Amino acid sequence: MAKEKNNESWEYAPSLESTAHIQLKEKYDLFIDGKWVKPKSGKYFKSINPANEEVLAEVAHANESDVNLAVKAARKAYTNVWSKMAPTERAKYIYRIARLMHERAREFAVIETLDAGKTIRESRDVDVPLACNHFFYYAGWADKLEYAFPNRKFESLGVAGQIIPWNFPLLMAAWKIAPALATGNTVVLKPAETTPLTALKLAEIIEESGLPAGVVNIVTGYGDTGAAIVNHPDVNKIAFTGSTAVGKIIQKSIAGTHKKATLELGGKSANIIFDDAPIDQAVEGIVNGIFFNQGHVCCAGSRLFVQENVADKVIRKLKQRMESLYVGNPLDKNTDIGAINSKEQLEVINKFIQIGKNEGAEMYQTKCNLPKKGYYCSPTIFTNVAQSNVIAQEEIFGPVLTVQTFRTVDEVIQKANNSPYGLAAGVWTDKGSRIFNLTTKLRAGVVWANTYNKFDPTSPFGGYKESGFGREGGMHGLSGYVKLND
Amino acid sequence: MKPFLFSKLPDSPTIDKVGVEERVARFQTRSIKNESKRQGLRMVLNMIDLTTLEGKDTPGKVKQMCYKAQHLHDLYPGLPTVAAVCVYPSMVAFAKKELKNSSVKIASVSTAFPSGQAPMDVKITDTKFAVDAGADEIDMVISRGKFLTGEYNFVFDEIAAIKEACGNARLKVILETGELATLDNVRKASDIAIYAGADFIKTSTGKIQPAATMQVTYTMLMAIRDYFDETGIMVGMKPAGGISTSKLALHNLVMVKEILGDAWLNNQWFRFGASSLANDVLMQILKTETGIYQSPDYFTID
Repeated sequence: MAKEKNNESWEYAPSLESTAHIQLKEKYDLFIDGKWVKPKSGKYFKSINPANEEVLAEVAHANESDVNLAVKAARKAYTNVWSKMAPTERAKYIYRIARLMHERAREFAVIETLDAGKTIRESRDVDVPLACNHFFYYAGWADKLEYAFPNRKFESLGVAGQIIPWNFPLLMAAWKIAPALATGNTVVLKPAETTPLTALKLAEIIEESGLPAGVVNIVTGYGDTGAAIVNHPDVNKIAFTGSTAVGKIIQKSIAGTHKKATLELGGKSANIIFDDAPIDQAVEGIVNGIFFNQGHVCCAGSRLFVQENVADKVIRKLKQRMESLYVGNPLDKNTDIGAINSKEQLEVINKFIQIGKNEGAEMYQTKCNLPKKGYYCSPTIFTNVAQSNVIAQEEIFGPVLTVQTFRTVDEVIQKANNSPYGLAAGVWTDKGSRIFNLTTKLRAGVVWANTYNKFDPTSPFGGYKESGFGREGGMHGLSGYVKLND
Repeated sequence: MKPFLFSKLPDSPTIDKVGVEERVARFQTRSIKNESKRQGLRMVLNMIDLTTLEGKDTPGKVKQMCYKAQHLHDLYPGLPTVAAVCVYPSMVAFAKKELKNSSVKIASVSTAFPSGQAPMDVKITDTKFAVDAGADEIDMVISRGKFLTGEYNFVFDEIAAIKEACGNARLKVILETGELATLDNVRKASDIAIYAGADFIKTSTGKIQPAATMQVTYTMLMAIRDYFDETGIMVGMKPAGGISTSKLALHNLVMVKEILGDAWLNNQWFRFGASSLANDVLMQILKTETGIYQSPDYFTID
C-alpha cells in the first residue's frame, strides 16, 4: 500500500454560541440586604472579556463600609430569620435557587465564557451543570443534618465570609453558598475582580427566588474588599479558595480570633503513568489534567511522571494529541482551549515558560495560530525536567506541563510527595492492587485512578499541606459550616 | 509480496473502556455546521459501501442496487456516487455486469460469511470465486471461535492465507466486534488483522448487535494510528452496521480526522458499511441546500 496523497482537507466551520439571549447590565451595584445598593466607595471597575479585551460591564468596588453593611445585613438575617427557620423551609429556598439556575443554564454558560475566557464547551457541560447540582445536592442535606452528625449536637456558625477565585467563578460560588445555607448560616461572598458577572447573575436569581433579605450578600471588589471581610469582627467563618500566598495572609489575620476557616489553595499535582497503563486513555487523562480550563485549575495535573520505559511513546502520543486541540474563540463550540483569564495571569505564565527555557528544559508548543486580540497561550509541555527545576515546583496555573520520568513505584511516590502542595494526584495503571498501594501513600486530598479532574457534588474536595485544609463537597463539606458540641 | 509473520505481532496495549467512552463523547460534542457539514455529507456519501447481504438476494435486487449506487438522486445533479456495492460471491458477476463502466467498486463478502465456520480450503475457494467473478475488494470474517479460545496464530495465518488468495483485490478483515465483547479483544484482533496483511479492518458483519459503536471504531482507529506510526503504512477502516444517521456518520469522520488525519478522509481509506445511511445523508444534503426537509417518499429505496 503506497502512501496516498491527501486529496482534500476538512476543516470545522466556526460554530459560535449565540450571545443574543443574555442580559447584562452596563453597571452592577452591590447586592446587600436583598437590594442593589450603590457602593459607599463610589468606585466601579471594569470587567473585561479576556478573549477580545472588550469591556462587558462596570462593577462596584466595595470598601470597608460596604462590607460592614453586608455583614450587618447578614447578621440581622441570621439572627432574625435564617437560624430560626425550619430546615425543611431552608431546603425549599436552596432547591428553588437550583431550579432557577438550571432554567437559565444557557445564559449562565455564555456569561461565564465571556467573563472568564473559558470555552463554551466547558462552561456549558461542566461549570454550570455542576454548580446547579451543588445547590440541588445541599438542598437535600438541609433537613437531614442529624444524619451527617449522628449523636452529636451541632449548631450553625453565623455569618460566613466567602472569597472565591476567578477560575470557576459560578461553580466556586455554588460550592461556597450551598453548604453554608443548608447548615443555616448567612453569607457575604466576594467574587474575584476579573470574573464577577456570574455571581452577580446568581444574585439576581437569589433575589427572584425570594430568599429572605440579607441571607446572601454579594460584594464585588479587589483584595482590599476581601481583607475587609476577613478582618471583620462579626464574621464567624472564612471560606477561601485561591492562592497559597493569600491563604497564608488570611490565616495570619484570623489567628487568635474565634473565626473558623476552610482554605482551598494552590497545587502542583502529580499525574503518574505506569508502563501497564491504558496508554491512549492515559494520554487523554494528561490532556484533561493540564489543559482543562486552560490549566487554571488548582488541582491541575501539572507534574507528569511517566515510567521511563514508556516515556518516549507517551510523549509522542501526547504531542500528537495536542496537535488536535483547537485554541481560540471560547464561544466557538469546537474550541478546546480558550483564553487566559487575564493579562496579569498571561504574564505569569509567560514568565514561567521563560524560566523553563532558561533552565534548559525542552519545550514543545502546539503549532496553532493564536487570535491577535485577547490573552492566549499555546498548550505547552516541558520534557527533560528534574524535580529541582523551578517549573516543576511552582504552581504556574496555566496550560504548561512538566514531564519527568521515574523507574520504580517507591521512587515516584517519593517524588510526587516531595512538594509543599498536596491537593490532587492521578494514577494510571491496569493493576488494581497498585492503585490502592498508591492511594494510601500519596499525600494528596484527591487521588484519581485512571481518570483525572472528575468532580461531583457528593465527593469531598480539599488539600494536604500548603494546599489548604477543610473539605468542600459531599457530607464532609457540611462540617466546615457547623459547630459541633460534645 | 512481503511475508507477514506472527512473531512480529507486538503486545497490544490495554484499553480502559470508561476512558474510551469519555473520549468518544468528546468527539460527539464537535459541532459540524455550514460548509463543513456540506462537505462532510458529500464525503460520507462517497464513502458508503451500499450493501445487500440477504439469503433472498437475487440478480434483480442486485441490479437495482447497482443502479442506485451510480444514481443516488438524479433529481439533484452533482452528487457523488457511493464507493462500492457489497454483495455475496454468487452475486458478484451480476454486479460486475451492471457496474462495468462505473467507478463504483464491487466488494464481496467471503470466507463463509457471516459465521466463518468452514474449513480453510472452503474459505479460500470462496474468496477465489469472488475475485474471479470480478470483485475488487474482499470482506472476510475472522474465526471468532478460534480467537476466543486463544488461537491467535490460527487467526493470523488464516488472514494471511486469504490475503494471498485475494491477489490484487483489497482485503477488508471483519472482526465481528459484537462477538469479541471487550475492547481489549477488539484491539488485539485489530493488531492481528493489520499485521497479517489487512488493507482495511472492518467492525462487523451487520448480522450481530452491537455493531459499529463509536467506542469500537475508536479502538480500531487507534490500532491503525499505532501501526502507521510504527511502519508508515496506511490501513483503511470500515465501520459497518448501526450507522444509519448523518449525524453519527459525521461524528465518525470527526474521529477519523482527529485520530488519523485528513489523509484518511476519502473512500480509499475509509468506508461506511450501510444500507439505510445513504438516504438519510441525501435528505440532509437537500436540507442544507434548500432549507427544508423533504419527505422520505422523495428518496428512492433500492
